[in-house]
Amino acid sequence: MAKLAARERVAEAILTILFDGVAYGMLLFVLACGLSVTLGLMNVVNLAHGVFAVAGGYVAVVVVNNWGVPFFAALPIAFLAGAALGAVLERTLYVHVYTKSHLDQVLFTIGLVFMAVAAVDYAMGSRQQFVQIPAYLQGQFNVFGVGIGRYRLMIIVLCGLLTIALQLILAKTRFGSRLRAAVDDQRVARGLGINVGVVFGLTFAFGSGLAALGGALGAEILGLDPIFPLKYLIYFLIVVTVGGTSSITGPFVASILLGIGDVAGKYYVPTLSSFVIYSIMIVMLLWRPQGLFSRSASR
Amino acid sequence: MAPVLETRGLDKHFGGIVAANEVSLKIEKGARHALIGPNGAGKTTVVNLLTGVLRPTAGKILLDGEDITNLPSHERVRLGVARTFQINQLFADLTPIETLGLAISERLGRGHDWWRIVGSDPSVTNEIVELIERFRLGDVMRERTGILPYGKQRLLEIALAIACKPRVLLLDEPAAGVPEDERHDILATVEALPKDVTVLLIEHDMDIIFSFADRISVLVNGSLFVEGEPDEVARDPRVKAVYLGETFDG
Amino acid sequence: MPLVPDPGRRLALEVTSFLVRRARWSPLELAFWVIAAASFWLFPQKHLILTEICIWGLFALSLDLILGYAGIISLGHAAFFGLGAYAAGLLAKYGWINEPTVALVVAGLLAAAVGFVTSFLVLRGSDLTRLMVTFGVALILGEIANKFSDITGGADGLQGVEIKPLLGWFELDIFGHVGYAYALVVLFVLFVIARRVVRSPFGLSLQAIRGNPLRSAAVGIAVNWRLVAIYTLSAGYAGIAGALLAQTQAFASLEMFSIERSSDVLLILIIGGTGWLYGGLIGALIYRLLQDQLSELTARYWQFWIGLILVAIVITGRDRVGRWLAPVTRLADEIARWRPWTARAAPTREAP
Repeated sequence: MAKLAARERVAEAILTILFDGVAYGMLLFVLACGLSVTLGLMNVVNLAHGVFAVAGGYVAVVVVNNWGVPFFAALPIAFLAGAALGAVLERTLYVHVYTKSHLDQVLFTIGLVFMAVAAVDYAMGSRQQFVQIPAYLQGQFNVFGVGIGRYRLMIIVLCGLLTIALQLILAKTRFGSRLRAAVDDQRVARGLGINVGVVFGLTFAFGSGLAALGGALGAEILGLDPIFPLKYLIYFLIVVTVGGTSSITGPFVASILLGIGDVAGKYYVPTLSSFVIYSIMIVMLLWRPQGLFSRSASR
Repeated sequence: MAPVLETRGLDKHFGGIVAANEVSLKIEKGARHALIGPNGAGKTTVVNLLTGVLRPTAGKILLDGEDITNLPSHERVRLGVARTFQINQLFADLTPIETLGLAISERLGRGHDWWRIVGSDPSVTNEIVELIERFRLGDVMRERTGILPYGKQRLLEIALAIACKPRVLLLDEPAAGVPEDERHDILATVEALPKDVTVLLIEHDMDIIFSFADRISVLVNGSLFVEGEPDEVARDPRVKAVYLGETFDG
Repeated sequence: MPLVPDPGRRLALEVTSFLVRRARWSPLELAFWVIAAASFWLFPQKHLILTEICIWGLFALSLDLILGYAGIISLGHAAFFGLGAYAAGLLAKYGWINEPTVALVVAGLLAAAVGFVTSFLVLRGSDLTRLMVTFGVALILGEIANKFSDITGGADGLQGVEIKPLLGWFELDIFGHVGYAYALVVLFVLFVIARRVVRSPFGLSLQAIRGNPLRSAAVGIAVNWRLVAIYTLSAGYAGIAGALLAQTQAFASLEMFSIERSSDVLLILIIGGTGWLYGGLIGALIYRLLQDQLSELTARYWQFWIGLILVAIVITGRDRVGRWLAPVTRLADEIARWRPWTARAAPTREAP
């Protein structure tokens, strides 16, 4: 009898970890997939990607907490804010560093992060902030003894739909094929008459919008404060390098693995969890520098 | 007499692409051996395999009978195999003096010396001077390599390989991209190479090949097609067929 | 002197003098260090901030060795800085080594050893991979320091560190006088060694590797071993910088491993310019003084302006910023060549 109960508890624990991990992973995917596409498309190392997430998060905070806008209405507002910020920064600043060395891009984007962290600190204060989530998303309900958090369930559903939509856009629309062509080979794409500059701009804006959406969704789970872009930078980079830049499925799988791995780590080896994640990351990078999922680079 | 450089069944596959197929070469000491073939035939691949830039999928490379197939590039240089690149591979920020000094220091085993100042060793400086005189780089020796005219860069490219005092020198299209009036310098340098240095020359220019080479190998689609003395190869109808449509630069 | 020296000998002299002049201490350099030494007596109130500048400068110098001379982009150099700091702090706190100068060397050697081991991780992969691996190593070391909190104090930092007098005689006072002399001497000694290293054949080969690794291997340079060597040296220098901080402040904290510190030192080096050794020192001077000034104006948001400067430098072009300094270096060359006893056709302008 006792053994059955113990096994049940282990099963519960595993299911909870899987559920939380998948939710975390999907959130990471929405946050990081824009980075993956811009790296693959423009070969720009953008360490400031988290800035757009933070922008979305704080826009959601202001819009929901201060202006009383409903939560689900705030999400597209956050997306648009992030996309607008991305479009502006891309045309005014990022466009100058496309042809520069990776070191220059690293320095440039770090500079942006410094500016963003200070600006957010100034505007919103350094305390961690939360978006007021509606009552029906709070708490959890029980399914076969496993606690299913409503908010996390919402994240899984929403992000899952987003992922499917993204895949459809890439595979079925003309913009999607132009984007894929440009990622594959910029020069040839230009030669085919594809306006690569426009593709860049729209993609960057879209990716930033997604990051902002992720920031708004993630405020509840990941914690929103001015140093968010630095705190989660390593996770974004892991998703992008492990997942590769030639598809969406790569980063998606990488995010899920990372999400589950992180949650499992915190549960089973709480004192060493980050240590384990970083070590695995290093081993992975050395074993397969081009990522687990990318096809062998032709570049 | 054992060949100084030999390959046995050298293969190189990139996924489905066969860049080199069963390439077996025997190059005698002191030979002036030319490797010719249409564009994309795999000539540079062979050089890359010989110098360790690429690892063969199969086959062996022997230097004076010693198996060097698995040695890294820099070890092969130490054993006396040096090369030039088809497109100049130089150090844009260094001057010719520093560039040549670097290669000479390495060869003399001083490369890892972290205490002595570059230039304090007269044996190194004397060799630098000798090379600068021989390749007539005196007027540009203090300039950054990056701003030198192409012809001078090409001379430096060859001088740099010579600075390694190789037993076997692999020249990958030494006259490529060099303007007419500067070609003569390059060619004279190639002619003046010491007789005991074995030279493998890749070239498209038939005049250079016929005036320089004592043996020619023809490479087509990664495979050795024909090999023999220059007149034999020139007369061979199969070689003419392969080159049909290609203009011979004069 | 022969009327017409034979051309061969003349060429030899020219080549030798070119190379030797490369390595000679220029008057500007000598002036720099004379002023640095004199600052001890010129600015007695500023010793605390000057000590910080020395430490940042040494840390940035260590980064220059790998970034400016070998082309390795590291986003985690603070790993070695923090390691050196905690090593020195722990050695003092638990009384394992009581003589600070010996502890300094030991901390440096420890950092160098870890640098040696991790150097093999940065040999492979693209710039982005290296970035992440170095970042990851710093995160891991920071985590380790955090986890062993009974020894290291964890998030509170290493408390209760007591530094014994230097060489048994010079006690580190709270005004920072002895501390500054200590930091300055250590900086100078390590600078001289670094200068020797980069002017040596080894240093030249590093510049070749940075410029063209393919060609470097093709002239017989064992690229990977050279990179391991300079990475190890750089880690040792960073460790000594961290140890200096721990010793002069009698404190070590997890922040010393942070991405902020790794980014700050990168910024400092870029401000001053990579590849000429003085970049780190000058960058540290500018950064710290700017921080002081800006902090008065905008309290804790001064990092915004630093970020802005960095963005501006990159957009303008780092080499173009260097070119603005060209008139200064040209003037310095003029001064160096000026000899009052040389007869000249026209009178020269007096150097200001």
